[in-house]
Amino acid sequence: MNFLGAVRDTWVMSVRNLRRYIRLPQLLFFSSVQPIMFLLLFNYVFGGALGSSVRIPGIKYIDFLLPGILVQMVMFGGVQTGIGLADDMGKGIVDRFRSLPMSRLAVVAGRTFADVVRNLTVIAIMIAVGYLIGFRFNSALAALGMVAIALLFGYALSWVFAFIGMMAKDSETAQLASFVFIFPLTFASGVFVPIQTMPSWLQVFVRNQPVTFIAEASRQLALGVNEQGAIWKTIVWVIGLLAVFVPLAMWQYKRRVS
Amino acid sequence: MQHAFDLKDITKHFGAVKALNGVTLHSDEGKVFALLGPNGAGKTTIVRILSTLLEPSSGSALVHGLDVVKKPKEVREIIGLAGQYAAVDEFQTGFENIYMVGLLYGLKRADARKRSHELIERLGLSKAADRQVKTYSGGMRRRLDLGASLVGQPKILFLDEPTTGLDPGSRQSIWQIVHELIDQGTSILLTTQYLEEADELADTIAVVDEGKVIAEGTSDQLKSRLGGDTIEFQLESIKDLSSAEEVVKSVAKSSPDFNQDTLVMRIPVHNGSKDLMVLVEKLNRAKLNVNALSLHRPSLDDVFLALTGNRTQSQESEQPKNKKRMKR
Ligand SMILES: Nc1ncnc2c1ncn2[C@@H]1O[C@H](COP(=O)(O)OP(=O)(O)O)[C@@H](O)[C@H]1O
Ligand SMILES: [Mg+2]
Repeated sequence: MNFLGAVRDTWVMSVRNLRRYIRLPQLLFFSSVQPIMFLLLFNYVFGGALGSSVRIPGIKYIDFLLPGILVQMVMFGGVQTGIGLADDMGKGIVDRFRSLPMSRLAVVAGRTFADVVRNLTVIAIMIAVGYLIGFRFNSALAALGMVAIALLFGYALSWVFAFIGMMAKDSETAQLASFVFIFPLTFASGVFVPIQTMPSWLQVFVRNQPVTFIAEASRQLALGVNEQGAIWKTIVWVIGLLAVFVPLAMWQYKRRVS
Repeated sequence: MQHAFDLKDITKHFGAVKALNGVTLHSDEGKVFALLGPNGAGKTTIVRILSTLLEPSSGSALVHGLDVVKKPKEVREIIGLAGQYAAVDEFQTGFENIYMVGLLYGLKRADARKRSHELIERLGLSKAADRQVKTYSGGMRRRLDLGASLVGQPKILFLDEPTTGLDPGSRQSIWQIVHELIDQGTSILLTTQYLEEADELADTIAVVDEGKVIAEGTSDQLKSRLGGDTIEFQLESIKDLSSAEEVVKSVAKSSPDFNQDTLVMRIPVHNGSKDLMVLVEKLNRAKLNVNALSLHRPSLDDVFLALTGNRTQSQESEQPKNKKRMKR
């Protein structure tokens, strides 16, 4: 398969998957209403209590919360990648794709690319709502950096969930399998509260899991904190995840008989 | 002449399940070949091997001279597949579904658009073209699926049970489309559980059972092994028996069978529908009242009874519907 052909097929598949997001009401809800709800709930319900424990002078809770919650949202979005692929695999449509002279990579790559577009939309919505309730970027460059980090991480995760989704026997199993590790990773992290507020045994886990420092990187970029450790760590993780899960997902796509 | 497809000694095992046990078949270009068999016979497995979805455990499979294992990419360029279950996206419109497949076949945008519109029109889906497929009936989905398999202008078309579960009207419209394709010279491999369908569409029929070909020939050759159509009716009274026997003599191919308890008479005939009309007239003239007059065409069950002495194992939900349909 030539490269241009593969790109074209991936684009065709991306368009298909984006239509699915726009036309299935439950997916539209997950991509638009749910993130706003999370942002407002956390800001107003927990924000009052938690705000005081965010002891960085001059920083409002929303400035702390938004960069982190973006990371959580791209993780939730990744779950949809897995569910969508599990759904396709269980239906005749994948047989059709396999019988066509198209790039084999395109079915999965089109799916993960559609999720980048979706994530970009979710991020834009959340930043807009964030602005309404007081969030401010430090600089335009900071804004770009934060969006880029969230998108990159979301993209790498899409491949992880693509693999999980195609391993699962149906979309319900894919959803369960994904949430089993997504919940501890997002909530036992530095997304919502500063790590110092947690019991020390939990801190050991929280400090060393990727969501914490990816949220940290996102926050540093948004706030313009001049420290790049977390950002580099995030980039290494993104590359590592892609290096492992792109081949795994492709292997599983080719292997699985629907 | 080149063979449309060529299977030599194909076996396929799924773990302990032997789906195919040495299948050797071929068909000429431009011909229609039907695989007839009950559920679980191995029909879909054969189609999946030929359409590069599955690799055989052993044996060789060629499509237009191309080996499906060694040259899958080339094979995919010349085939069209309409699988057993309609492979269309619910959330896309009918047009979007066909257009997408056209692009994936590598057609230019303008060509894909043109072909999609043509097919939609030809399949009688113009009114529904811009509606999401989730609003389509089963028959419409099947037609759309067929459209998607045609958009790449395949040299050979695989149709896996194209009319199973459809109402008679939808079945007729699928048959009509297939007839048009036959006229255009497309090679076709279709699978079916209905003898009637194979009879209507195919040049050659192979009967498959438990992963083996148990008979192969033209529809006439197969039917002559089967005994053909029968007419059935029930007498109102045993007293009518002798006059009834007299009346049916002229249409009966061989001696009729009579059940003393149910008063049902079965008459083997040469030409079902014509003989039925003749018989109705004669019964009227003889002033004989009968109940439940019906015509029976041989079903898949009868094929199996004739070929193996066994009834088929396929007692799935579609079977009763199928039986009823066979009565005319
Ligand atoms: N992926 C699979 N794994 C295990 N067994 C299978 C698989 N596909 C088909 N089979 C088995 O192979 C046999 C033939 O199936 P199939 O080709 O689908 O029959 P048909 O299409 O004639 O109904 C059946 O016994 C079926 O259960
Ligand atoms: Mg089948």
